[in-house]
Amino acid sequence: MSARLVFLGRLEDVAGTSQLDVAVGPLQRVLATLDPNLAVALLEDRVRVALNGALLSERGGIVLEDGDELAFLPPVSGG
Amino acid sequence: MPRDVRLLTEPIEPAAEQFAFAMAHPAAGGIASFLGQVRCDEGVEALELRHYGPLTLPGMEALADQALERWDLDGLLVIHRSGRMFPGDAIVLVAAAARHRRDAFAAAEFVMDHLKSESWFWKRELAEGGWRWIEPRRQDFDDIARWN
Repeated sequence: MSARLVFLGRLEDVAGTSQLDVAVGPLQRVLATLDPNLAVALLEDRVRVALNGALLSERGGIVLEDGDELAFLPPVSGG
Repeated sequence: MPRDVRLLTEPIEPAAEQFAFAMAHPAAGGIASFLGQVRCDEGVEALELRHYGPLTLPGMEALADQALERWDLDGLLVIHRSGRMFPGDAIVLVAAAARHRRDAFAAAEFVMDHLKSESWFWKRELAEGGWRWIEPRRQDFDDIARWN
């Protein structure tokens, strides 16, 4: 059972990869297993999150389930 | 078809697209279009746009729908590139066909301003052998504020 984290923009550089498969469970617990620098970057206020393609208005209480994809979206830089 | 919205990973062919769009809307009184290209900035060798599949194209389609609702248009074309580009390459092409020119100009500008500030693209440029992510520009937020 695993979920996938997707990192966009500069977060990909911080993570060193564009996506990462993680264990399911509460997001807070998942973040605690990551490199602290990456976890801090992901928690920045300006970073938005989308769960399975749907933007979330807030990220409190996210619990990742099997097959979920959670994307971390830093501010866009314009087309 | 009034709405043609595409996200391309291969080059845009602006002349062919504009010709096809005009042919598709022979009854329109006018067509306003905007073509964005990779600027030739000193030292910049390449530009890369990244998108996120589940959000980027759906967001472009929703934006096009807003423009179609707000102005009286015969047709609207929105084509945006993703991937690696070089100076002079086309990044974005927007064209609006309308009975009257003001609707066409306004719709094309509205779509461009929103694409620049709100669409789900992340951009980085290659200069002096290294890639650097581009941060949002203040001007883009000012540009969008006037449509509220």
